[in-house]
Amino acid sequence: MNIIVCIKQVPDTSEVKINRETNTLIRDGVPSIINPYDMYAIEEALQLREKHGGKVTAVTMGPPQAAEALKEAVAMGVDDVVLFSDRAFAGADTWATSYVLSRGIKKMGEFDIVIAGKQAIDGDTAQVGPETAEMLGVPFVAYVRKIEKVDIGAMTVERMMDEGFDIVETKLPVFITVVKEINQPRLPSLKGKMKAKSLKVATLTAKDIGAEENFCGLKGSPTKVVRIFPPAPRGQREMLSGTVDQQVDLVAKKLKEQTLI
Amino acid sequence: MSVKVNPDKCTSCETCVSTCPFGAIEMRDGRAFITENCTVCGACVEACEFKAIERTGEEAVAAATDLSAYKGVWVFAEQHKGAVSSVALELLGEGRKLADKRRTKLSAVFIGHGIKDKAKDLIAHGADIVYVADDPALRDFNDDSYSAVLTSLATLHKPEIILAGATAVGRSFIPKVAAKLYTGLTADCTALDIDPASGNLLQTRPAFGGNIMATIVAPNHRPQMATVRHKVMKKAAPDTSRKGDIVDVKFTTAVDMRTRVINTVEEVGETVNISEADIIVAGGRGMGSAKNFQLIEELAKVLGGAVGATRGAVDEGWVPYSHQVGQTGKTVCPKLYIAAGISGAIQHLAGMQSSDVIIAINKDPHAPIFSVATYGIVGDVMEVLPIMIKKFKEMRG
Repeated sequence: MNIIVCIKQVPDTSEVKINRETNTLIRDGVPSIINPYDMYAIEEALQLREKHGGKVTAVTMGPPQAAEALKEAVAMGVDDVVLFSDRAFAGADTWATSYVLSRGIKKMGEFDIVIAGKQAIDGDTAQVGPETAEMLGVPFVAYVRKIEKVDIGAMTVERMMDEGFDIVETKLPVFITVVKEINQPRLPSLKGKMKAKSLKVATLTAKDIGAEENFCGLKGSPTKVVRIFPPAPRGQREMLSGTVDQQVDLVAKKLKEQTLI
Repeated sequence: MSVKVNPDKCTSCETCVSTCPFGAIEMRDGRAFITENCTVCGACVEACEFKAIERTGEEAVAAATDLSAYKGVWVFAEQHKGAVSSVALELLGEGRKLADKRRTKLSAVFIGHGIKDKAKDLIAHGADIVYVADDPALRDFNDDSYSAVLTSLATLHKPEIILAGATAVGRSFIPKVAAKLYTGLTADCTALDIDPASGNLLQTRPAFGGNIMATIVAPNHRPQMATVRHKVMKKAAPDTSRKGDIVDVKFTTAVDMRTRVINTVEEVGETVNISEADIIVAGGRGMGSAKNFQLIEELAKVLGGAVGATRGAVDEGWVPYSHQVGQTGKTVCPKLYIAAGISGAIQHLAGMQSSDVIIAINKDPHAPIFSVATYGIVGDVMEVLPIMIKKFKEMRG
């Protein structure tokens, strides 16, 4: 079974703080990590390999330093990694990112399953998975919380929905995105860390994967960010005082005035 | 397009370095230097007091599409088992405003089976045209068939804007449509407007866990596509005297459906989808135990609301994951959010801070939850909640 995992290197947003005076992000010392949802994707790929045999390859698009994220994936146990990196890829939105990923994955040959996390914590769009699936021309299943069984040419999974879950049968090859319920990612092994340390990450450029520069990066992105600003501070805030009884009375009165009760 | 620093004007104040949301500016040789992480968002251009940073070449991107051929605002009107999703009606309310600003028509795309008689509700909520694809093969949501219907309709009729709910269904198949149409898609918008100068759709959304807001446009691609979460936009009051056209869309079963829903399981006890609730009572680790957490459930019941929880409370096993609010759970926007025993980690705040009214109850007066609370009560939840339950019960008779 040939499995590809798409990962993304992201700033650890739980470490991002706001400078309340200037309303800007404080990024100093914020570490780069593998997008947490992609950790579940890596783990699921490794478990599939353990059950069905085959090979797991982790890929990412990013600047040269994104190789570090791929090395972490190797430390967890993936067999091979590929970095899609080119100055022409910089500034890509979800469409242009999906274009590069789909070109790169096609270039790598046949596959059975592509797995990614449901979304990345820096952008939270959840769009690169389905867009890449569409461009690869394979079926897509979002929010997979369990892989029930894998047959020849087909697979059955549980997909989380807003009101519960669906049991979905899909043809292979397929692209799935996974949620955190699916597994508990393993820690890197010592052997894996050693392998990662000496690994030279294979890098493919736009030319290598046959990507047209007009569709890559900022140039190929339909969307442009035109303005960045701090969120509006919340309106009136009030700390209540008095006994608990008095405070609850006050809240009850306010809620009644606003017809919330 | 690129961003350039004029070294003669740069005073090395480093304001731009801290302003850049992408960490793409460094100081080199005592001057600001734009690295390759730059996404040309322009945040630094606005921030520089010395006008030392410029964005150039904005007109250089050739318009590949004839934008004037695209007209009308569309809403994907999601339904479940024939019931129109509330987010669809909210989007019709917002879509109506956008269509009026663009002096164009508002259409709804309605996909499912046995739904045709509901199309008039969409007209009452603001649609001028409803495209109804009603077919037994469309009864269950399917990525392949739903994206085929919407893609082919959009290719045929060329709308300038398509809006959809950021639901499990919308987030799954709408990106496939955008990929196919080679157009921009902006997820989870919290504000939409029309730029009076260009006529472009201004799409504003939070990023970096809600730490910053970004306004996004798709200047040279159509349709401009956006998803919006539940409760962000306001429904218009239905007007049953409104007139509109209902257009039947024939579904061709030639679409290759590569996935199939074998079974749909609605989770037990999951009577209220928290994304759709008007009132949410949420508890965190500060509740102390599964037994104490029942007070949250009791208060929610009294108020007719839903139960929410922090990741901590879910990890403790007091409540299922489907109730989790925050970055790794659901983002909610109810009219009233009561946070009990919740300290207010940034990931939790990201999921609830746009609620209309927030009441926070916490022992620690310095807890970050109070920074977003409309009303803050400093006190022990075990003392405050029983009093609230009693009082609200009396008020509701």
